[in-house]
Amino acid sequence: MLYIIDVPQGLPMLKLPIYLDNHATTPVDPRVIDAMLPYLKEDFGNAASRNHVFGWKAEAAVDVARKQIADLIGASDKEIVFTSGATESINLAIKGVVDFYKDKGNHIITLTTEHKAVLDTCKRLERMRQERIDELKVQRLSELAERDVTVDELAKLEITFNLEKDATYQRWLAALRTGARVTYLSVKKDGLIDLEQLKAAITDQTVLVSVMLANNEIGVIQPVNEIGKICRERGVLFHVDAVQGVGKVPFSVDDAKADLVSLSSHKIYGPKGVGALYVRRKPRVRIAPLIDGGGHERGMRSGTLNVPAIVGFGKACELAKQEMPQESARLTQLRQRLYDGLKAKLDMITVNGSLEHRLPGNLNVSFAYVEGEALMMAIKDVAVSSGSACTSASLEPSYVLRACGVDEDMAHSSIRFGIGRFNTEEEIDYVADLMVRSVNRLREMSPLYEMAKEGIDLKSIQWTPH
Amino acid sequence: MAYSEKVIEHYENPQNVGTLDKNDPNVGTGLVGAPACGDVMRLQLKISDDGVIQDAKFKTFGCGSAIASSSLVTEWVKGKTLEQAHQLSNKEIAKELALPPVKIHCSVLAEDAIKAAIEDFKAKRAHRLAGTQPVAPAEAAK
Repeated sequence: MLYIIDVPQGLPMLKLPIYLDNHATTPVDPRVIDAMLPYLKEDFGNAASRNHVFGWKAEAAVDVARKQIADLIGASDKEIVFTSGATESINLAIKGVVDFYKDKGNHIITLTTEHKAVLDTCKRLERMRQERIDELKVQRLSELAERDVTVDELAKLEITFNLEKDATYQRWLAALRTGARVTYLSVKKDGLIDLEQLKAAITDQTVLVSVMLANNEIGVIQPVNEIGKICRERGVLFHVDAVQGVGKVPFSVDDAKADLVSLSSHKIYGPKGVGALYVRRKPRVRIAPLIDGGGHERGMRSGTLNVPAIVGFGKACELAKQEMPQESARLTQLRQRLYDGLKAKLDMITVNGSLEHRLPGNLNVSFAYVEGEALMMAIKDVAVSSGSACTSASLEPSYVLRACGVDEDMAHSSIRFGIGRFNTEEEIDYVADLMVRSVNRLREMSPLYEMAKEGIDLKSIQWTPH
Repeated sequence: MAYSEKVIEHYENPQNVGTLDKNDPNVGTGLVGAPACGDVMRLQLKISDDGVIQDAKFKTFGCGSAIASSSLVTEWVKGKTLEQAHQLSNKEIAKELALPPVKIHCSVLAEDAIKAAIEDFKAKRAHRLAGTQPVAPAEAAK
C-alpha cells in the first residue's frame, strides 16, 4: 500500500545548513552515484585485465567515460589521460612540457591570479633552475679561484671574477636544461588578462603559456580563444586550467586551440579523487610522465585506473553538457537575485572582478568596514568562503583580490558565494536577508563604518599596523 | 576554525558596544590596529577625576576573536583604577577566551587599546592642566 502525503503549499522548504561554496567542491549528483555503484560492487574489475570479462567490463566503462569527458570539451577520447585530480593534471601538464621540450626552451608564461597548483608548480621549476645555477657558479668560481668556494661567497666572487663576461660559465648557462624561467603576468582591474602584455612576454625561449578558463575566487572568465590564437601563431603550447569553467560555460579545445587542458570531476558534481588531462594529438603534443610503472594511459600516467570514479566523472560530464544551457541561465538568475537582494538594502558593497565575463554561479563581494571572518561567523548556517586573511593559515588576504588592485581592507571584507546545481531561490532569499542583517549588525560595531559615516577619510589616518 | 564557547558568547552578545563623547575631558580614546591588517579596535574609557574607570565602550572591525577580546576587556576594566587597567595583559585575555595561537594578536590588540585609551586620557588631562589644546583622538592614535 502506498500512501501519498500532501505537502502544504507555500511553506518554504528550507533546510540548514545551506551550501554556497560550490567552487570549493560540489555534492555528487544522485545520477552520478547511480552510475558508479555497479563498479563498486559486481563490476569491480581492473581495466587493464585483458583476459577476462571483469577486465573487459571495466575497460568498456572507462571507454564510455573517456568519450563523455572528451565530448564535453570537443576532443577525441584518445586525447584524455586520467589522473587523480586537477592538481596532478596541472603538475603533469607543466612539468611534463618543461621536461619534454627542454631543448626547445625553458620559459613559461602564466598569470598572478592562477590557482596555487599552477603557481606552486612554476615556483618549484624556478627554484630548481636557480639551485642548478648556484651549483654551476660554485663550480666555475672554484675553478677560477683555484680553491673550494661556498654558496655564501657567490655574490662577492661573481664580481671579482666578472662571471657575467666569463665565456665558459655563459656557455654552461646556455646549455642549462633544469627547471624553468617564469613570467607572471598581472591582470587588469576586472581580473582579465592583458593580451598585449601576453604578446610582449613571449620570447623564442617560451615553451608554454598556462592560463585558467575561470578563476576560482572571482569567477572571471579569461578570453582563452584569443590567448590560444596568439600561442598558436607564436608556436607556443597552451595549457588551460579549465577546472572551474568547464561544464559551466561553453569551452572547446579547438576554439581555444588548447594543447593541454586540466579537468576535475568534483567541481562538476562528480566524485573527488579523479581528474583528467587533455593532451592534443593533432598537432601532437608530447609530455614526460611524472609517474612510471605499467605504462597505463599511453605511458603518460601509470597506475591502475580508478574505474568507479572515472565512470562517475564521465556521467557528470554528460549531465553538464546536457544541462549547461538551462543550468547556466538558472544560476545566472540566482546570482542576480542574490546581488539584487544585497544591493537593495546595503550601501558600500563592491563586486570583485568583471560581472560581464563571469561564471554564472559566482558572486564575490566586499562589504566595506566589515571583516570577512566575522561575517562568516555571523552566517554560520551558510557555507561560503572569504578572502580575509583570518580564514587562512597565512596572514595575507587573498592574493587574487590583491592582484586585481583590491585594497587590503576590502580584501579582508570579501565573501565568495558559489551557487550550484542544488541551490534554490528560497535559499538565496534566506542568505540575502541573513547577509543584510549580519552586515548591518557588524557595521554597527565597526569603528570604521562610524568614521566613514562621519566623513573621515580612513586613508588619511596613520594606522598602527601590527 | 572552531571557536571557544566564550568567544562565541561574546561575539553573539557583545558587551558595551558603542561610542562615548570623545571631546569629554574625562573620556580617553584608544584606536589601534589597521584596516589593511583586518582589525581595528576603538576602546573608549570614561574616567572619574580620582582615576577610576566608570564606563567603557568599544567598536571593533575584525574577526570574531577580535570582537570577543574587545567585549571582554570593556567588562574587565570597569571599576578598575588606571593603574590596575594598565596592568591587564594580553595573556589573561587569551587565556580567558582560549584563543588559538593564530588569534593571539587579537588579545595583543585589546591590551594595546587599553593602554592607548589611558594615554589619550592622560595627555588630555596634561593639556587641560597646562591650558593647551588636545589633539583629536583619531590623530593621537598615530
